[in-house]
Amino acid sequence: MAAASIPQNPVQDFLKKPINVTLAMIAYVVVTTVAMVLISNSRQAALYPLFNMIGFTAFILSPILIISIPAPNLWRGLLLVAFVFFVVPVIGLVNTAYLELAIQISLFAGMALGLNIVVGFAGLLDLGYVAFFASGAYLWGMFTSEANTVFRQNGWTVDPANFYAFLVLGIIVAAIIGILLGSPVIRLKGDYLAIVTLGFGELIRILARNLDQPVNLTNGSQGLHSIGRPPLPDFLQSLTDGVADFFQIPLAAPGPIARQLMFYFLAIGLIGLIIVVARSLEESPIGRAWTAIREDEVAARAMGVSLVRMKLLAFATGASFGGAVGVLYAAKQTFIDPTSFGLLQSIGILVMVIVGGMGNIKGVLLGAMIITLVDQHILNNLSALIRAAVPTLPSSLDPTKYQPFIFGLLLVLMMIFRPAGLLPAARRRLELLAEREEKIEEEPKTKKVK
Amino acid sequence: MSAEAYLRPKRGLASPLTGVIPEEVRQTWFYKFLLFPVGQMIIFIVGASAVLTLLAYLVALLVPEPRPGIVLADQISRQLPGMIISGITIGFVYSMVALGYTLVYGVLKFINFAHSEIFMVGAVTGYEIMLRIQEAGLLQQMSPFMLVPTLVIGSGLLAGLLAVLIERVAYRPLRGAPRLVPLITAIGLSFVLQDVVRAFFSLTRNAFNLTYPLNNLEWLRAPVRLTFGEANVNVRVTSILIVVSAVIMLVALNYFVNGTKWGRAIRATSQDQTMAGLLGINVNLMISLTFFLGGSLGGASGALYGLNIGTVTPYVGFIPGLKAFTAAVLGGIGNLTGALLGGLTLGIIESFLNGILVYFPALGTRYTDIFTFSILILILIFRPSGLLGEKVDEKV
Repeated sequence: MAAASIPQNPVQDFLKKPINVTLAMIAYVVVTTVAMVLISNSRQAALYPLFNMIGFTAFILSPILIISIPAPNLWRGLLLVAFVFFVVPVIGLVNTAYLELAIQISLFAGMALGLNIVVGFAGLLDLGYVAFFASGAYLWGMFTSEANTVFRQNGWTVDPANFYAFLVLGIIVAAIIGILLGSPVIRLKGDYLAIVTLGFGELIRILARNLDQPVNLTNGSQGLHSIGRPPLPDFLQSLTDGVADFFQIPLAAPGPIARQLMFYFLAIGLIGLIIVVARSLEESPIGRAWTAIREDEVAARAMGVSLVRMKLLAFATGASFGGAVGVLYAAKQTFIDPTSFGLLQSIGILVMVIVGGMGNIKGVLLGAMIITLVDQHILNNLSALIRAAVPTLPSSLDPTKYQPFIFGLLLVLMMIFRPAGLLPAARRRLELLAEREEKIEEEPKTKKVK
Repeated sequence: MSAEAYLRPKRGLASPLTGVIPEEVRQTWFYKFLLFPVGQMIIFIVGASAVLTLLAYLVALLVPEPRPGIVLADQISRQLPGMIISGITIGFVYSMVALGYTLVYGVLKFINFAHSEIFMVGAVTGYEIMLRIQEAGLLQQMSPFMLVPTLVIGSGLLAGLLAVLIERVAYRPLRGAPRLVPLITAIGLSFVLQDVVRAFFSLTRNAFNLTYPLNNLEWLRAPVRLTFGEANVNVRVTSILIVVSAVIMLVALNYFVNGTKWGRAIRATSQDQTMAGLLGINVNLMISLTFFLGGSLGGASGALYGLNIGTVTPYVGFIPGLKAFTAAVLGGIGNLTGALLGGLTLGIIESFLNGILVYFPALGTRYTDIFTFSILILILIFRPSGLLGEKVDEKV
């Protein structure tokens, strides 16, 4: 990086020492946390949306900063655990909107990590990724919803206590759907594959919308309502009450908040699992085979990589992550309908992967964080700010309506100016640089050789 | 695909017929640029309709009574001319949009995903022009021979220029990048275009369901009655307008690509950019020109589509765009004749599906799109080069 090549910067020198940077990080977390509490208590202030927007963004970016600092693994790990399992829940008790945002970020991060396997690791552009998410969500929804489907009519519904079994089932079903959808099209070249997967995404949505006749499986465009939720463990309820008592936080509705906390921990656990699986896959022979396929299919085949098997494996792995997140999403929202699974959702997840950096797990997490924040937090607050400043603004100029525009613009700008993403994977960066610089004259070397 | 295959007029399908025509006639301007392309269209229409009619009766043979009291074969016989005519109408629209995909694929070897939004821009521009005419109080006086060319040329020009702009701003900086990079850019662009159009119309017209002011046009509402033996078919005037305008534009495109110096330069560029550059062809200009041609055809067909369905929105481009892409792949992407054949075939297939699926209670017309889309998947799996394309060898 350019900044690292300036040795005379005293701040840089100070931050190179692990102890200093760790202390600075703790200070950052403490300052943003205190700021969050203060902001939450000043909702009447005129500039509340601005503080809210900046404050929460700074606060929630902490985990990415924590895993980026040059400190020993143990310190970073402890800091991360403290942040994720203590600071965020407590802030969430202070203001439940923040807890909701943290859950949304975790869910989208899980999906983005799944898509990253397909797009980032194996280099297969999948524009219908939401299909797998939808299959997981509908799996849980159909078996537990109170809507008048054949499942309810024939008494095939299951007790919500079986949630964890269905999480596993969701993984399996999504993986099977991934293989079924993937196997006919896996031989296609990149751009054809993209369009066919886009079509598959639409196909799943059309099926979800139309399968209320002749037998009502999905309740059609009305969607499935009152979807079952896993039972709340008693210890979580008492823990929530205890923590709230200790910090003197008045809880408006202890039950729902404890439930939200349960979903938060479930989502965190799920992405933790996904990260572990993705990382071990990346460094395994399978991951190397994916990289080989992504870089040069012909060469990979010549080296004995089974293209079909490896590509299907990538599809199935990515799909299974999407399916698991789908089950959790349906249980958390308790309502799903076909509009939640459109092309825009697929593209949104793709934007997360591309903005963050294809193939880089940390980058994808950052991308998921930024895009979810923009989508569900920053645009809302921006709109509140603008409406406060210009009350006569026509509603058609409200920033919250420009989500597709922002996604599209981000895709175009990233591809033109920074195709490897904000945090590029090391290999990807080299590859893209090499292709760009083939025609340009060799640039003067700016990197310092140690 | 071998380099010569691009954009060269394909004569494969029609060759048994053209073989009997003497060589002197085949060299004339009239034959090359009028008789041959129009004849080709007629052959495609007749061929596709015949094959699909046979298939429809085969379905009727397999499932004689999909619903009690309804004999499928009778229904097909009654609806046949109507289905074919509406199929041809939508088929020409698909053909023109498919040509946009194919032209760009020919020169840049990438799928211009944003083309469906160029089509959409054409459709909303047609609306805007027509509304302006109405606001000026001229709509009633204008004859169809004035109105339709105004719409088509206006939308075509704007959409063509927009396509050139998009190429210059978003695709040119990415030339030589990995294949997926311009594709992702194109997807991004299509979202940007949708939202910009939506913002424009919700600010200026306070709505984005844009209904063409067609109600007051007497000449448009009265159907034309055609007689086929015993059956009488009412043909909508818009169908005739669409088919006539499309034929004129396709003949003009064929002349431009195969009969002029510019067209030769475009074909040279599509075969080998470096060599074309060495021979003094301005490659960038030719790429811009290709985008203009494809974009203006797409825009013009957007306006015609708007005339046909009446109401357009900023999101109207996606499904027709996907279908036109299917048509381009069906015919063989990169091949102009293929786009025509694919578009017409797909239009007629879709119209037959719409006509027949109604009688199947479990399916219904809401599954038409799934069927059309399955065609794309089946072609890509079993014959990725399309009906008229050549086998593609992977370059190492």
